[in-house]
Amino acid sequence: MVRPAAGQLHRSLDDAPVRVVSARPTLSTRLKNLWSRRELLQQLIFSDIRIKYKSSTLGVLWSLIAPAFTLGVYYLVFSIFLRNGIPNFVIYLFSGLVVWNMFQNSINTATGVIVDRSALVKKVSFPREILALSNVGAAVVYFAIQLAVLAIFVAAVGHVPAWRFMWLLPVSFLALYFFTAALAMVMSAVNVYLRDMKHLMEVLLQLWFWLTPVVYSYEHSIAPHLSRHGLSLIYFLNPITLIVVTFQRVFYVNTVVTSTVAPFGRLDILPAWSFTKFLDLNLGLLAITVVLFFIAEAIFGRLEGNFESEL
Amino acid sequence: MTSIIDVEDVSKQFKIHHERHQSLKERLLHPHSGSTELFSALSRITFTVGQGETVGIVGQNGSGKSTLLKCICGVLKPTSGEIRLRGSLAALLELGAGFQPELSGRDNVYLYGAMLGFSRRMVDAIFEEIVAFSEIEQFIDTQVKFYSSGMYVRLAFAVAVNVNPDILVVDEVLAVGDERFQAKCLDRIRRFKEEGRTILFVTHNADQVRALCDRAVVLDRGDMLADGPTQDSLRIFREHLLENAVEHDAAHLLGTITIDSVTTPEGSFEIESGSSLHLDVEVSAKTAYSGNFVLELFARNGPLVSRSDVQAAPVNLLPGRNHIGIDFAQLPLLEGIYDLNVGVVDHRGHTVIAWSEKAASIQVASSGRAGGIVELGATIRQE
Repeated sequence: MVRPAAGQLHRSLDDAPVRVVSARPTLSTRLKNLWSRRELLQQLIFSDIRIKYKSSTLGVLWSLIAPAFTLGVYYLVFSIFLRNGIPNFVIYLFSGLVVWNMFQNSINTATGVIVDRSALVKKVSFPREILALSNVGAAVVYFAIQLAVLAIFVAAVGHVPAWRFMWLLPVSFLALYFFTAALAMVMSAVNVYLRDMKHLMEVLLQLWFWLTPVVYSYEHSIAPHLSRHGLSLIYFLNPITLIVVTFQRVFYVNTVVTSTVAPFGRLDILPAWSFTKFLDLNLGLLAITVVLFFIAEAIFGRLEGNFESEL
Repeated sequence: MTSIIDVEDVSKQFKIHHERHQSLKERLLHPHSGSTELFSALSRITFTVGQGETVGIVGQNGSGKSTLLKCICGVLKPTSGEIRLRGSLAALLELGAGFQPELSGRDNVYLYGAMLGFSRRMVDAIFEEIVAFSEIEQFIDTQVKFYSSGMYVRLAFAVAVNVNPDILVVDEVLAVGDERFQAKCLDRIRRFKEEGRTILFVTHNADQVRALCDRAVVLDRGDMLADGPTQDSLRIFREHLLENAVEHDAAHLLGTITIDSVTTPEGSFEIESGSSLHLDVEVSAKTAYSGNFVLELFARNGPLVSRSDVQAAPVNLLPGRNHIGIDFAQLPLLEGIYDLNVGVVDHRGHTVIAWSEKAASIQVASSGRAGGIVELGATIRQE
């Protein structure tokens, strides 16, 4: 960067772009602002991660060790002590958990973020939703690490994932990202007005977890019953369900297995949909979540106007 | 001239909660209680700052100057109206607010840079300069939570001025650091000015505005009182302070004293450099008052030459007309025009009771070749 010598005229700003600060910027202005500050988002994500592991000796390695350990414990528990008859149940469980953890971490951390960092919000100018998005971003990084741990585990036990379904993952992940980001933004703003939201979300997320087929299988939920009455939609109102099922389909592969414990019967695990059906559903969900993201951005814009009176 | 900051019809209202119901239970139980009141912090402010201008925003505490600044920086959104900005902006508002105590100074420089909207590459290029300016080289990799408050502010200031913003916004931060660092900051701000960058300077210190700004905007309780050349705006600001003082004093004593005139026995204010001068000030008072008399002398459009000690000249004013004499045994001013402000302050010198800005203008003629505003009368000899 060249600095003009003292007295020398600084660059002319005749052609510089004009930024507008107004009461209610349009959605497109807000999105443009957000995009222009992506570098800040990136820095916030990595400083979040750095702060989390700052004083520990192993540092970021912990983000790898923790999920590996969890996986190890589940493996021990479900293949030795609590044998439920589902072969390779750990893979089933962990592929759903990876998705759920990303969602839960994001919402839990993002809900309180605007209030927690009110000092910053009141003094520095940047799109406030970046704070919530940075929490989601950090959760995405942990998600990637957990996914890597899962992949290594799958390879180590000689399990073959469904390669043909593999590229459902990016679509499904994007849907997960947009849905999580949308909810995180709205919750972080609502929490400014209703401080109970943070605690309420922690409770709701527990209920939500059991509404999602992570620990039990999709075919053992009420979904098949609903499906018989043509009401599957109700079950899929929880967008996490489809994403979890997709991840399970890719990593766990089998839709029907034979139980490993007596009476060695047939167990339905996952819906026996074709690749095209999975793709269509995921693309549909992605479209909906992108719309939700825009709506969340608009809601956030509405709510942020009064932050200074509440913080 | 390109306008860099366009403030158009900006108003800002705050909601003031008299009773806060932030928990869900309270909101459900008292859906409509907890009255809120709208407080208007800014009403319909419009002004423009062109490229290369240094504009001061003055006002008392609560006049809305910080709110206006926060709107310009984008920290607050105006309730109505809009602000258009060209070029990058760095604000010296509450320095170090963006710092993460857990991170090292180095990491914080990049993070703060990103918050101001500067990319990692841009910060890379000036990182050395930032560290050198902040004078904390050895601690740059220490976590910021171990910094002293001075180090904290120095680092933040160093980032904000070294990223080379097109617009620099300064909010009474010059009260930080030791005197040497303050001088360094002021120096940096002057260099910004010389480089033709745009500076917005907020303070309630009229002297700082006079020293730095070409133009000043005066705010009072959210209204814009004046926008013009620094001298004119400051005069309006001062007069307004006096009017306010009247309203606020319970005893209605203030404002009962006025300075009627300043005259010389000869009737002329033209003097020769180094000669004596006698001024006769007529002060009328409605009630008796004991206070101090103060005088200020400014070089026209220039610095304060001298202000008399606010506790050193007690006067006992009686109802009616009072005459106060000012004697300069010899006035060592050099050629130029000097404006005289006179006033009466309370006995501790804290509150202005009466003030007359530019009560007289003294024209000094000097015959020698000496330059500047004052003849120090040094004897120079070879030894």
